[in-house]
Amino acid sequence: MDLGQLLAIVVGAMFVSNFVLARFLGLCPFVGVSKDSDSALGMGMAVIFVMTMASLVTWFIYTFVLVPLEITYLRTIAFILVIATLVQFVEMVIEKTSPTLHKSLGIYLPLITTNCAVLGVAVVNVDSFMTADLPRNASFIYTIVNGFAAGLGFTLAIVLMAAIRERLDLVDVPKSMRGIPITFIVAGLMAIAFLGFSGLKIG
Amino acid sequence: MESVVAKSIIALSSMAALFGAILAVASKVFAVHRDPRVEGIVEVLPGANCGACGYPGCQGYADAAVKAGVAPACPPGGSDVAEKVAAILGSEVGEVTPKVAVVHCAGGQSSAVRRLEYEGIHDCRAAVLVGGSTKACVFGCLSLGTCKAVCPFDAVELDEEGIVRINVKKCTGCGNCVDACPVNIIELASVDMKVHVRCSSHDKGKKAKSVCAVACISCQLCVKKCPSDAIHMVDDLAVIDYSKCTNCGICAAVCPTGAIIDDIKARPKAVIGSKCKGLGKCVEVCPVKAITGEEGERHEIDRAKCIGCGLCLEACPTKSIGMVGALGHQRDRD
Repeated sequence: MDLGQLLAIVVGAMFVSNFVLARFLGLCPFVGVSKDSDSALGMGMAVIFVMTMASLVTWFIYTFVLVPLEITYLRTIAFILVIATLVQFVEMVIEKTSPTLHKSLGIYLPLITTNCAVLGVAVVNVDSFMTADLPRNASFIYTIVNGFAAGLGFTLAIVLMAAIRERLDLVDVPKSMRGIPITFIVAGLMAIAFLGFSGLKIG
Repeated sequence: MESVVAKSIIALSSMAALFGAILAVASKVFAVHRDPRVEGIVEVLPGANCGACGYPGCQGYADAAVKAGVAPACPPGGSDVAEKVAAILGSEVGEVTPKVAVVHCAGGQSSAVRRLEYEGIHDCRAAVLVGGSTKACVFGCLSLGTCKAVCPFDAVELDEEGIVRINVKKCTGCGNCVDACPVNIIELASVDMKVHVRCSSHDKGKKAKSVCAVACISCQLCVKKCPSDAIHMVDDLAVIDYSKCTNCGICAAVCPTGAIIDDIKARPKAVIGSKCKGLGKCVEVCPVKAITGEEGERHEIDRAKCIGCGLCLEACPTKSIGMVGALGHQRDRD
């Protein structure tokens, strides 16, 4: 475990294989909640939070439940169960303890309960760190860093998208392209632009 | 083989049971008391989240209403919503005077001089940032329709002249257009107010006239003729004080440029009865010089000129003037 490796994970999760623009996961909130940058940022924060928490919890479930019982083939269903419970639980706690935070973050939490990007980060973690021959503490830290960076990547993508869409509102777009169609084209162009990162070599 | 199946079933169901138990406990421990009245109020509100009430959206209004125990005014909802909210809260109905947006500019393409062609972002706010108005009058409407775009009730129309028209029946007085207009020519006024100055130009008379045919040229005729002292000059612009205005329409009738517009489509006309002794009081007060006649003889009113302001009625010592037209003073035939 070294810093170079961690940096490679962060850059990899944020840019090279950005969850939205390279892996095409979590497209629903990417298009749905990117109308203005305030709510996009709120959504991004919620995703960072949930992805990090989900990475943490699924690491424990995988390492201490699924692996010892030799039922790792059940990881998808087990992860859905864990993540959904976790998000519900966190939402309840936030609503009780901090109504302000709940107002800004809480409305996005149910949206990402079973978001494929969140499940995706858990599965990617398993494939790249937990099944690899890594010492336990290394795989634990890599997993959490990867979850956090994936959330950052999602936030980056959705905030960029929201900024573009805010400008699109003021532009004279042809009538048939207004709204969702032009958004899809923009998303496609952004994905192409992010392809440029795949040439990046770190470490 | 059986052991894998058994293990899987046992592991997953025990995990599910555990998580279920955690959530069940959490829902009790972290339960938040919600007032059912809040949800009820949100149901009856218009749901436009326009913010005209001064609270952040309809949810904010409902929270505040329940907390205070009385219903704050909801301008878009009007008295209907006020009654429903009051019924939920069990409080008295607050008085709601409906307001509508009034646009203080009537400079269309044919009347206002154009200064430049604007081909940028189709939004008044953007255009103002670039180079001010497209018209030679810097105070006037830009005709790019930002007010129309922000109106949640589809009450703003742009006619072919490029003049903004407010559909009074649809307008709820939420004030979104007032906030969005970069040249501040939209104002909220009581729906009962029917006479408005359709100009915002603070230019001096000559300059104003040179850039727009329907501008206020600060001639002050309206100020002099107003019987209720409701119109004043503010920086070379006639401004109506809506708290004093009686909708008499005299200012609109005397305005030489047509900058003041009377929205009452049809007004009654004055007629002089046979009791008239020709004292001439009515001739003195008539703002549009519609009354003629020799002293001592029955006077006559030119119906084409009469604007139905009713000043002669009050001035007549013999009470021989009446109004005909059956529409009443304040009613709009529309």
